[in-house]
Amino acid sequence: MMSFMKGRVLVVDDDTALAEMLGIVLRGEGFEPSFVADGDKALAAFRETKPDLVLLDLMLPGRDGIEVCRLIRAESGVPIVMLTAKSDTVDVVVGLESGADDYIVKPFKPKELVARIRARLRRSEEPAPEQLTIGDLVIDVAGHSVKRDGQSIALTPLEFDLLVALARKPWQVFTREVLLEQVWGYRHAADTRLVNVHVQRLRSKVEKDPERPEIVVTVRGVGYKAGPS
Amino acid sequence: MSGDSAASAPGRSGARPGRPVGRTAGARLRNLFEGGLLEGGVQGSPVIRLFLRWVRRPLLPVMRLWRRNIQLRVVATTLVMSLGVVLLLGFVVIGQVRNGLLDAKVKASQSQATGGFAVAKQKADEAASGAGTGAAAGAGTADGTATVDGRQSQNVIQWMSDLVESLSSGGAGAFDVVTLPVGDDSGGGRSPRGSGNVNPTSSVPADLRERVNNGMTAAQSYTQIVYSNDKDPQPALVIGKQVNDPNGRPYELYYLFPLTQEEKSLSLVKGTLATAGLFVVVLLGAIAWLVVRQVVTPVRMAAGIAERLSAGRLQERMKVTGEDDIARLGEAFNKMAQNLQVKIQQLEDLSRMQRRFVSDVSHELRTPLTTVRMAADVIHEAREDFDPVTARSAELLADQLDRFESLLADLLEISRFDAGAAALEAEPIDLREVVRRVVSGAEPLAERKGTHLRVIGDQQPVVAEADARRVERVLRNLVVNAVEHGEGRDVVVKLAAAGGAVAVAVRDYGVGLKPGEATRVFSRFWRADPARARTTGGTGLGLSIALEDARLHGGWLQAWGEPGGGSQFRLTLPRTADEPLRGSPIPLEPKDSRRNRGLDEAGLPGGGEEKRATVPVQQGGVQAPALPPRAPIAPRSVTADPAALPGNGNGARVVPRPTGGTQRTDDKPVTPPAPEAGATRPDAAQAEDSTEPGEAFRGR
Repeated sequence: MMSFMKGRVLVVDDDTALAEMLGIVLRGEGFEPSFVADGDKALAAFRETKPDLVLLDLMLPGRDGIEVCRLIRAESGVPIVMLTAKSDTVDVVVGLESGADDYIVKPFKPKELVARIRARLRRSEEPAPEQLTIGDLVIDVAGHSVKRDGQSIALTPLEFDLLVALARKPWQVFTREVLLEQVWGYRHAADTRLVNVHVQRLRSKVEKDPERPEIVVTVRGVGYKAGPS
Repeated sequence: MSGDSAASAPGRSGARPGRPVGRTAGARLRNLFEGGLLEGGVQGSPVIRLFLRWVRRPLLPVMRLWRRNIQLRVVATTLVMSLGVVLLLGFVVIGQVRNGLLDAKVKASQSQATGGFAVAKQKADEAASGAGTGAAAGAGTADGTATVDGRQSQNVIQWMSDLVESLSSGGAGAFDVVTLPVGDDSGGGRSPRGSGNVNPTSSVPADLRERVNNGMTAAQSYTQIVYSNDKDPQPALVIGKQVNDPNGRPYELYYLFPLTQEEKSLSLVKGTLATAGLFVVVLLGAIAWLVVRQVVTPVRMAAGIAERLSAGRLQERMKVTGEDDIARLGEAFNKMAQNLQVKIQQLEDLSRMQRRFVSDVSHELRTPLTTVRMAADVIHEAREDFDPVTARSAELLADQLDRFESLLADLLEISRFDAGAAALEAEPIDLREVVRRVVSGAEPLAERKGTHLRVIGDQQPVVAEADARRVERVLRNLVVNAVEHGEGRDVVVKLAAAGGAVAVAVRDYGVGLKPGEATRVFSRFWRADPARARTTGGTGLGLSIALEDARLHGGWLQAWGEPGGGSQFRLTLPRTADEPLRGSPIPLEPKDSRRNRGLDEAGLPGGGEEKRATVPVQQGGVQAPALPPRAPIAPRSVTADPAALPGNGNGARVVPRPTGGTQRTDDKPVTPPAPEAGATRPDAAQAEDSTEPGEAFRGR
């Protein structure tokens, strides 16, 4: 899929010092960073560089990060990791709802950032051919496609991973923490809002009626599980 | 047990805040009670309380209405008072009328009777003179043939009958005449006689007869005329006098004046007065109702609007008409609401600005800090290539950046609380999960310190509506603190749920807290011991943030500690987010505190020690333990600092340092005695309630 599982990372950040530092760290880890400092130019840069992952600062001159995130998500499922200085509920949730896969709160450690990027890129490794069903959906894991009655449903890689994680063990109830570990690659407990927001996004795409989910079922007080096939 | 649990139920003990929870039962009984019950029971015999409640229950709605409805109160008071006034007036008026009527009647009667007595005397004299001279000229009133006693008597009988007849005929029914013999002397024609079917003997009262017999003057009295036919008896004025018959023998002559007319007049007056009085009372009540309504309606409106205002609808205003006092109230109210709205608006703006500022500062600070952080890490990674001084500098740089970061994070968190920007994301969570995560997270630190972390009370789910992130932060803070200050001894995390509350208590057996410190630990940047503060890291804001987190949940975070005996921090959360807390399932002072043990060892089960006091105003506050009346150990100085962190969320109490011989070696803290080794293992049946510290506590 790409050159070795290391990848091109588009850094969208207006702080030149931070961008440069990110570049140093990313290059040190074998990624190929490219930079853009302006929200208005971010989409053009994205189209031009076709990155494997976007690091996106939420506060940008021109278009803000949320808007950029929405625009990129509109045309691509590429993983987006937000850089945010605000861990407040609203900012994070808005960012996640606009399509970001994950977020990392400043100030972060380089290792943390790299781990997060790796976790997002990990799925690029070739998966074994596998066919799963969840509810009335058919998932082709290798082909990265989800179909209902032959109609394919477009999911981002993260949503796809989430769905596959649930579909692989339909008998198991996944707590948010377990999903964070399996899908996002967090080893320690992290913000469970990530799970909540992405389950909502996933439902809005795969459920017939997102108000009464049948594919991703909430187990109150515990977490989520796959709906009966 | 039932009484205690009933008292702890929501709504009961809360109804009487401030009432001490004194438990007269001894320590043993107390231990029995404390199984899983809330603190905050109410004292008193349950039977009596139940009975009182049973008696009061049917009256409660009425009493409630009476208390709450000023209109009802005013109208009822007006009715009662006007009724009293009307009754008083009625009695006075009726009395006056009666006196007036009777006075007139008495005067008329007296003159009538006096005349009658004179006539009777005259007639007797005439008859006597007629008989004395032998002339039979007694004009039909006395037979002139009175020579012997028998004949004379015959004459007197006739004479008396004629006399009664003639006297009464003059009255034309306005009075009746009765003659009675004096004493038992009924001979000689002096047997009782009465005109108009009057029963002579029973119509004249005995005491009047006595008076008449004793004096020669006329006497009067009130009586009931009893008739010999079926006529109803009626009240009358009776005037009597002793008069002589033609033979010079005395007899009693009575005039009976029926008061029928007066009675009628009086009852007419009474009826009129009663009707008028009733009307007056009813009308006064109605007037009071109307008048009070005029005042109460705007007041009620104001109350309703005030309620809506306080519910957040700040644009609510009263309708103001006219210029009277009510209108002034309305205007003042509206002005107040206006000012309130403006002030709240200002505060909201300020809060928004503050939040904005915090957010901006946060961003502006964090972005360069991120760069510094990354640069420092890169340098730190490469420190092996540096000379020792530079390498050490790189290490220091990285370490202190960590500290700086956590300090910044805590400061921002605190300022978010201060700005009111902290939001609770409550959902039902099982606190056992949180505790498990926290304990496993603290395990590495505990291992380094040689501390054993134990969790008890996790057999059943402990579910509450809470923000898992915040609760975890609070508990992590408490557990890490306990481990850091626990001096390598065990740290026990205890969970419990009861009533509407869940609680997690973290107990350590370390240096403990000095008196007064239990309230101060929550102060910002407070450090227990300045000398050793810097070695244990921490920002000094952890407990302040934890306290704010607890408050945000509507919960309590409280501390207890004794010097050298360790400390216990207790987080109590309401089971559902909007339910007020009334008590905690876990006592703040652990049962293995030195004080409790001291009591138990002294073998005074009924020591009457007040273990706790109810939390006074719904939330924490400092609870000062009462002194035991006959403490088996040396008197203690009770110190509590009520000024510390007033009111909300935190309450803390301090166990005073025991003085004298009971003070154990503070330098070598006591290992709790182990009377029931093994009974307190977490896996033991009653492990949730480990009353006595067992072997498990021994330094490990």
